[in-house]
Amino acid sequence: MLTPGRHLVLGNIACAEGALRAGCRFFAGYPITPANEIAQYMSQELPRVGGYYVQMEDELASMAAVIGASWAGAKAMTATSGPGFSLMQENISYAYMTETPCVVVDVQRSGPSTGQATMPSQQDVYQARYGAHGDYEAVALTPWSVQEMFDLTVRAFNLAERLRMPVLLLADGMIGHMSESLIVPEEVEVVDRRRPTGPECTPFDTDDPSLIPEMPLFGEGYELLVTGSAHRPSGRRDYTPIYMERKLWRIREKVLRAEPEIRDVVEYELGDAEVAVLSYGASARPSFGAVRRARGRSLRVGMLRLRALWPFPEEVVSRLAEGVEEIVVVEMNMGKIIREVERAVCGRCRVSLVSRVGGVLPTLGEVYEAIGRAVR
Amino acid sequence: MSVKPLSYYRERYIRFQPSPFCPGCGNGTILNCFVRAIDELGIPRERVLCVSGIGCSAWIPSPNLRGDTLHTTHGRAIAFATGAKVYNPHLYTVVFTGDGDGAGIGGNHLIHAARRNIDITVILVNNLSYAMTGGQIAPTTLHGLRTTTSPYGNPEHPFDLVKLAAAAGATYVARWTTYHVVELTRSIKEALRHRGFSFIEVLSQCPTQQRRLFGLRGPMRTLPSRIVEMFAEGTYLRGRPLKGSYLYALPEGDPEEVLRDVGEALRDLEASARLVDHIAFGRVVRVDAEDLEEAAGRLRALGGLRRLADATEGKIEVGVFVEEERPEFTESLREVIRRAEVRP
Repeated sequence: MLTPGRHLVLGNIACAEGALRAGCRFFAGYPITPANEIAQYMSQELPRVGGYYVQMEDELASMAAVIGASWAGAKAMTATSGPGFSLMQENISYAYMTETPCVVVDVQRSGPSTGQATMPSQQDVYQARYGAHGDYEAVALTPWSVQEMFDLTVRAFNLAERLRMPVLLLADGMIGHMSESLIVPEEVEVVDRRRPTGPECTPFDTDDPSLIPEMPLFGEGYELLVTGSAHRPSGRRDYTPIYMERKLWRIREKVLRAEPEIRDVVEYELGDAEVAVLSYGASARPSFGAVRRARGRSLRVGMLRLRALWPFPEEVVSRLAEGVEEIVVVEMNMGKIIREVERAVCGRCRVSLVSRVGGVLPTLGEVYEAIGRAVR
Repeated sequence: MSVKPLSYYRERYIRFQPSPFCPGCGNGTILNCFVRAIDELGIPRERVLCVSGIGCSAWIPSPNLRGDTLHTTHGRAIAFATGAKVYNPHLYTVVFTGDGDGAGIGGNHLIHAARRNIDITVILVNNLSYAMTGGQIAPTTLHGLRTTTSPYGNPEHPFDLVKLAAAAGATYVARWTTYHVVELTRSIKEALRHRGFSFIEVLSQCPTQQRRLFGLRGPMRTLPSRIVEMFAEGTYLRGRPLKGSYLYALPEGDPEEVLRDVGEALRDLEASARLVDHIAFGRVVRVDAEDLEEAAGRLRALGGLRRLADATEGKIEVGVFVEEERPEFTESLREVIRRAEVRP
């Protein structure tokens, strides 16, 4: 592990380092560009802290092993990119259903299909939200720098442990493969899952207002029934509609109740802004440059950067729509998050899109031009 | 083997009654052999983790068996089990899977877990079809058999799962059937004690789907025992000479008629003839004779027969096929930790 202090490292290394600091002791993965450095670093560093790196035969197996390890007590993760993320979806769905804490990193690359393996995109944002079958709420964080690869990976583990669910880190090939300075703090805040203390435990429901049940582990004598089939609070398979309806309501509601705490947006110069640029991850970088240039030229422009993409901060965007005339959404896909923005805005201000695909980041100039059009 | 009443096992190991299986299913037999094995080994329940996927076999441990159970997605049980076993090697980790689950959709995980030699026991229940979904072709369905997706006979060939597991590196490999309950129980005990990847294939009866598969006629309640008898008839023990001398006469038309003709032809010989269900040939006449050559000669001259088959033709070999030592995966991972710690 890196010593506390300043280091020049790749985004992917910062992510792995954050995972280790957050207490990750199990990594299962399958090689894929541009996420490989995470696995490589974990294979080197995990054994040094008594953890396990296992290279599985495919991404389906990787996700499965992560869930198995989590129920055995590990803080566990995997890292992949678009094609591998697709393969993981069935077991990610299983993790929602069984309320298994774990972290899945998707270092997004340009697709569809094999696409441009070495080049970045933000095309998996809906796969992160809706890729798995069934109903659930997703939690996804979007780092825009090497430092945030570290910080948000730590946060992803803490949220996963607290909410008892998979949490996604949506990085991209640019941030993952970029070297930048990383400050490793002396200590990070680490959250551990709530475990039963008595001899009895109801692993799949709770009276607690958080709606997050305690999580027992294998080998503790609880005679656990963990199943992806509909189940009673005890875990016993039961297809009776009331059990499944309650379950689905609860795994959604537990996230929505925690939304104010999950919510993570960075506001910049929005006070008097007529135009707001909304972006996240790598594409927020040229966006920020453009907003600063515009401010330098006395344009009333601000920025809203989303560090937690899911659940979508509807309330924040809705409030923003009251104060600005246009929101310029900048993303490295053909326009995905803009739909969420339009939904939150509900016609109260104009919404426009700066979009680049093909493995390139929108440029500062392109965003600046869009700002220019927006201020008229 | 000590004899304990069924109620002893039921109270100690079974969580819910009744069982979810069709009447006459082989899964109950396998569950029975499994709880006897862990009981005889004295393994405490809290150290047993049973992992399963999707299909009838998955319901053997979940939710019936007391102890930790992880009922996972289709085909991935071994991969889930790998994560749990790596992080907590003290768990006796047992995967219950089926032929479709373990050798079809999950075949990749099976061979890779065998290659790693991770200390997991896989009990693969082979009913030769996808039974839960309605009896479709499985990777174990014999060539030519009729299923709901091979109405004109299966154009594919089955895996020999024992050879597959052995070639992939499993260090304990056995095959039994639901007829071989004593041998199966012993094998499960050996597999649980074995340090490394152990694989047991169990041929199991599925009266619901194998009725069509084997073209069996007759009342439903007669099928379970008939199929189990077919397993007895259709298998031979590895490394043991066959008991007695016999052959099979494969009838062209009505087996009853052929049985009468065969009886007539062999009347003056020290021989007996009866109808049996053969796993590869269906309803056939089994002929036991002192002078097998003489009997075969007479039968060849007889009309109404497709041909004769010798005692082992088309039969399935059962027994323990592999039992060897090789570094075990979780132990190797602990060695990795030791090496990483000493490196400056």
